[in-house]
Amino acid sequence: MAAESKAYAKPLPHLDEENRPWWEALKRHELYLQRCRDCGATRYYPRALCPECLSSQTEWLRSRGAGKVYTFTTTWQNATPGFRESLPYVLAYVELDEGLKLLTNIVDCPPEQVRIGMPVTVVFDDVTPEVTLAKFRPVP
Amino acid sequence: MSLRGKAAIVGAWEHPTRFAPNKTMFQIMAESARGALDDAGLTIKDVDGLCTTGVGMGWMGLLGFCDYLNLTPSYVDSTAIGGSSFVAHTAHAAAAIAAGLCETVLIVYGSTAASQRFAIGTGGVAGGGEPCDQYELPFGPTTVGSYAMIAQRHMHDYGTTPEQLAEVAVIARQHAALNPDAKYREPITVADVLASRIVSSPLHLLDCCMISDGGGAVVVTSAERARDLKKPPVYLLGAGEAVRHTARGTRDFLEVAAAQSGRLAFERAGVSHREIDLAMVYDSFTITVIVTLENLGFCKRGEGGAFVSGGRLRFDGDFPLNTDGGGLSSNHPGMRGMFLLIEAARQLRGEAGARQVRDCQIALVHGTGGNLGTRHSGATLILSNQVG
Ligand SMILES: [Zn+2]
Repeated sequence: MAAESKAYAKPLPHLDEENRPWWEALKRHELYLQRCRDCGATRYYPRALCPECLSSQTEWLRSRGAGKVYTFTTTWQNATPGFRESLPYVLAYVELDEGLKLLTNIVDCPPEQVRIGMPVTVVFDDVTPEVTLAKFRPVP
Repeated sequence: MSLRGKAAIVGAWEHPTRFAPNKTMFQIMAESARGALDDAGLTIKDVDGLCTTGVGMGWMGLLGFCDYLNLTPSYVDSTAIGGSSFVAHTAHAAAAIAAGLCETVLIVYGSTAASQRFAIGTGGVAGGGEPCDQYELPFGPTTVGSYAMIAQRHMHDYGTTPEQLAEVAVIARQHAALNPDAKYREPITVADVLASRIVSSPLHLLDCCMISDGGGAVVVTSAERARDLKKPPVYLLGAGEAVRHTARGTRDFLEVAAAQSGRLAFERAGVSHREIDLAMVYDSFTITVIVTLENLGFCKRGEGGAFVSGGRLRFDGDFPLNTDGGGLSSNHPGMRGMFLLIEAARQLRGEAGARQVRDCQIALVHGTGGNLGTRHSGATLILSNQVG
């Protein structure tokens, strides 16, 4: 397992007390959003307090993992280790059906076929034993 | 209290270097300070306020620079919000002067990004420690990519074309040809831009600003003191600043900080859009100019592509913009807001030589800092050679 982690060269998230439950859910292949129990505002990425009213009362909402490509770019140049070996790749914002946008990669699709508005669904990429990333692929 | 007409830029100097492997960052900053103070007819002993970002200057970089130049200012500001920082500093300096906190503020910048081979746009995004980074860096964002996603959405929503984007780069190069200090002065065509390689779709290499070394400084003082100095004062009429970010996942990405900072600056200056003789707008990428002009209110959202077309942005056109050649063709050491201020000052004083805008009386400066597609700042200033 250690060897596998070492082989993954791209940046990994730093897990901490505030974000760990969200990352642990991803490891179980579950994507969550948050909703404030006091004012009802939803949010992504996860954080301890509601940015609208500063309430700590948080409800976790399971996302269906379905959405549409909001915008994207095919990246042909990036010197970051891990990415410089995987060019080109598609960086995108996906707008989930729940209404929130998240930054991700579009995978399992030739970059030249990616379009804004294209329906996509979440794919869980277990990049290391500790970390799973939520990426998206076109709905077949 | 309004800042209108209370303070002025009285010294402005752009370091001519575009590649300085034999100089340090602090040296470029200090040489720039000397140039701007000479321009104003002031000395370093007149400086009682200092603004610089501290970025790349080491831990608590402003203190290190004070040590280097043996400065003991009564007012300091190291607001670091990316390339717009120096534009924001100018407003902060004016406010501090108007409030009596200090009288003469040096705003200074230097960078050796090119000679250190620092990949600003395509080196991946710096950082890693902020909460938002954990949800972005694993997916490979770059600075170019961030702006490219704005361009892609703009093209999708409004039919903006690669040719319209390219027009911004072509005019920048025409202006650079008239600026002896500009780094790239050979003419380019729309076809050249479209034939250059894609860095991050839909942006081509020639849609992107360069990486150069460079530096510059401006000196701001009270309007009263400004009247006795060497050069005609460049008065600050109005200012605004703003930030935009991912907005808990709800952002409309084509609404940018300029919408807020521009509205505030126009209101405070009491100036209308039609009165602007020159726009100095941060051109990190061609799309940055188009989206910024829309958000500043010079045209409606979606009309930016048409607005910049047909040579209108030329120094002798309907809407003179970035007459020094901008970051696309003159220089871009990483945080270009400083040079927007300096070129605006040159134009308002009638010192712009072959690229002088006729009867240039009111200029708008807008800096964008950070990444338009994730988090960015906007700072707008309206400057004039007279207080009406
Ligand atoms: Zn709330």
